[in-house]
Amino acid sequence: MKVAITSTGNSLNSNVDSRFGRCSYFVIYDKETEAIEFIPNQSQKLTEGVGTSAVEFLLSRNISMVVSGEFGSKIKPMFDSRKVTMIVVKEPKTIDDIIKLINHKK
Amino acid sequence: MKRRVRRMRRMHSLPAVKGFSPFGSVQNLEDKTVYLLLEEYESIRLCDYDMITHQEASVIMGISRPTFTRIYASARQKVAKAFVEGLKISIEGGKVYFDSDWYHCQSCNCDFSNPDKTTEVKSCPLCGSKSFTHYQDDESKSPEIVEKDLEDCFNSSENRRHGRRKGKNCRENIQGKGRNLV
Repeated sequence: MKVAITSTGNSLNSNVDSRFGRCSYFVIYDKETEAIEFIPNQSQKLTEGVGTSAVEFLLSRNISMVVSGEFGSKIKPMFDSRKVTMIVVKEPKTIDDIIKLINHKK
Repeated sequence: MKRRVRRMRRMHSLPAVKGFSPFGSVQNLEDKTVYLLLEEYESIRLCDYDMITHQEASVIMGISRPTFTRIYASARQKVAKAFVEGLKISIEGGKVYFDSDWYHCQSCNCDFSNPDKTTEVKSCPLCGSKSFTHYQDDESKSPEIVEKDLEDCFNSSENRRHGRRKGKNCRENIQGKGRNLV
């Protein structure tokens, strides 16, 4: 199972970005292999349609869970139709915290 | 004059199969297909499978009762045509969107959605704790009124950009004002 997390930087100590479409980095974490991948958000600089292009990029990576601080209104139907769980984190947390939380389940 | 825009129909989830094909035909039938729209499939699912009334089903799909009845009539017409003439049914197209409910986890203070409505949420997908609440759980109001309120929140411009998640706060506001919107 792959999890996408929005991040403000490219290290494990950086915080979860509160914005979904305009985040700096996407962290793709694979639960089985425990591989962590930092991908710069290509669609960050677009003037409009950032959210939708970010969703398309993440769906092409076959993720099943997204963690972010806030999502726009167009995002939810797109993720719902592809059965992707959305998680809204309310307190500032680092990427490391999130990965520890996800693994705690096992 | 501006053309009236067709309202988006809310859907539960995609059908299990993409279509049906007939078998064992006596005579050589034409290889034709009946295209059943997703909203028509949803109307059959709500009315005939879940056995609920047109009024309730229209609220669930976020459309008016007459519109629902028209979609349902068209669905039955198409299914009957396929049955009688021995045609394939392909479920595709239609103006629909998918929706899921929000849950709140107390232990990690996060909100999460459950896109697969057929499976029940057992634990928080982030921290795995069992202490979570369902945002839609509102015993004090009948389902119809709750849906109506959500409709108001969802359509009002102020909350629109926040999507469905702010629906709860908005609903609380309406309750506080004595719900004069309903």
